[in-house]
Amino acid sequence: MSDIPKIRLRNVHKAFGPKTVLNGLDLDVMPGESVVIIGGSGTGKSVTLKCTLGLMEPDSGTIEVDGENVVGLGSRDRERINHKFSMLFQGGALFDSLPVWENVAFGPIADKTITRKQGKELAIEKLAQVGMPAEVADLYPSELSGGMQKRVGLARAIAGDPEIIFFDEPTTGLDPIMADVINDLIVKVTRELGSTGLSITHDMASARKIADRIAMLYQGKIIWQGPADSIDHCDNPYVQQFINGRADGPIEMAVRK
Amino acid sequence: MNFLQPIGHYVLKFFGSVGRLVLFTLTALSHCIRPPFYPRAILRQMIEIGYFSLPVVGLTTVFAGMVLALQSYTGFSRFSAEGAIANVVVLSITRELGPVLAGLMVTGRIGASMAAELGTMRVTEQVDALTTLSTNPFKYLVVPRILAGITMLPILVLIGDIIGVLGGYLVAVYQLGFNASNYIQSTWEFMENMDVVSGLVKAAVFGFIITLMGCYHGYTSKGGAQGVGKATTDAVVSASILILCFNYLLTMMFFDK
Repeated sequence: MSDIPKIRLRNVHKAFGPKTVLNGLDLDVMPGESVVIIGGSGTGKSVTLKCTLGLMEPDSGTIEVDGENVVGLGSRDRERINHKFSMLFQGGALFDSLPVWENVAFGPIADKTITRKQGKELAIEKLAQVGMPAEVADLYPSELSGGMQKRVGLARAIAGDPEIIFFDEPTTGLDPIMADVINDLIVKVTRELGSTGLSITHDMASARKIADRIAMLYQGKIIWQGPADSIDHCDNPYVQQFINGRADGPIEMAVRK
Repeated sequence: MNFLQPIGHYVLKFFGSVGRLVLFTLTALSHCIRPPFYPRAILRQMIEIGYFSLPVVGLTTVFAGMVLALQSYTGFSRFSAEGAIANVVVLSITRELGPVLAGLMVTGRIGASMAAELGTMRVTEQVDALTTLSTNPFKYLVVPRILAGITMLPILVLIGDIIGVLGGYLVAVYQLGFNASNYIQSTWEFMENMDVVSGLVKAAVFGFIITLMGCYHGYTSKGGAQGVGKATTDAVVSASILILCFNYLLTMMFFDK
């Protein structure tokens, strides 16, 4: 079974009007593996995640989850597939009308697998896993700092014991120390759960820390992929330019529009 | 022929938005009758729409009733038909002013806040987060609001009717010197069931319009703070116009001889 990729994207295309975002994207993510997609802003990283999650439909191509094509699924099948997923959003995307514990236990309570009372216990347990004290459970998201919101978001992402977790720029907007705390937590919780991870980021420190394998997205295609530790000696000029953060090189930024 | 181009552009844009609105409405209605339901969310919206709108609706209708009594006295006393004041007040309030004024006030209060809340949830990815927690955002966000609107508006209008008629009574008896029991008696005599029932049916339709517009503009908003602001304006303006429009159509339907 282990040779069937958890997620398999083949020849995925997506355009918004005249603007092509994904242009024949191929990517495999094996079970238990942590893959990080790197790439500049606007290269289609978020669109890749949203297509896989079913928040957007690709124009063409196939997306398989556990060998099952999920493009164009009906809402009931989509819901069944989405049970395997969870996602840590860039801004946390916590529900600000609900206290922290209801946010964390939202998925299991909505599935009716647990009662609200058990939900609170579960939330406190999951908060402890991301290093947050139980007192936080009764606060509202607006009372938390950015780093704490990210951690609550992570607690919510792991609360349903997902098979696959998506991380959308997990360290963006955090100070370097908090970013490293989040990276450590991501490595820790995905290892504890044995989940498959797919992250997108442009923070190389974060990518090196959480990735088993790194893939670079440029102009809607994966132009390079390989083990995380091999990225520094790869000879791809695009990758070299990106990881070293140089303004000049083969990647031209659309400075003038 | 260049002047045709913008005309065509706006015609296409208009039909595009009408189509999107119809699709949204049909999706919302189909989710209204399919489980799972979220009773807590429905109850929360009912309290928000019904209970917290009471002061606004009460104040609006009491002054409307008062001014009706005062104005019709000025008019009718010219041909000594003061006896018809009770008739005018009860008919105008139950058939027209109760539902329309309550509808417009609730639009300002509820339609705007719904559009702002859902719009903010959309731009901060909270709507996407619901999907990843295997909760259908239509069922969790839109359906409870629409159901609460349809059920709460008639109750609000019924209370508003009573308060409005009472306002007319107060002015007639204490300011214009009518006999209290005569006034009450002629109110009862003139009022028919159909007057009240038509007003309550209107209220249910207005409740649907207000919540639908609030949800539609909020749910489909994009582009950050500016987009949310636009969604709020659009929700209030479109709901107000539709209320006045449907008020005429429904009146024609009920009382066309």
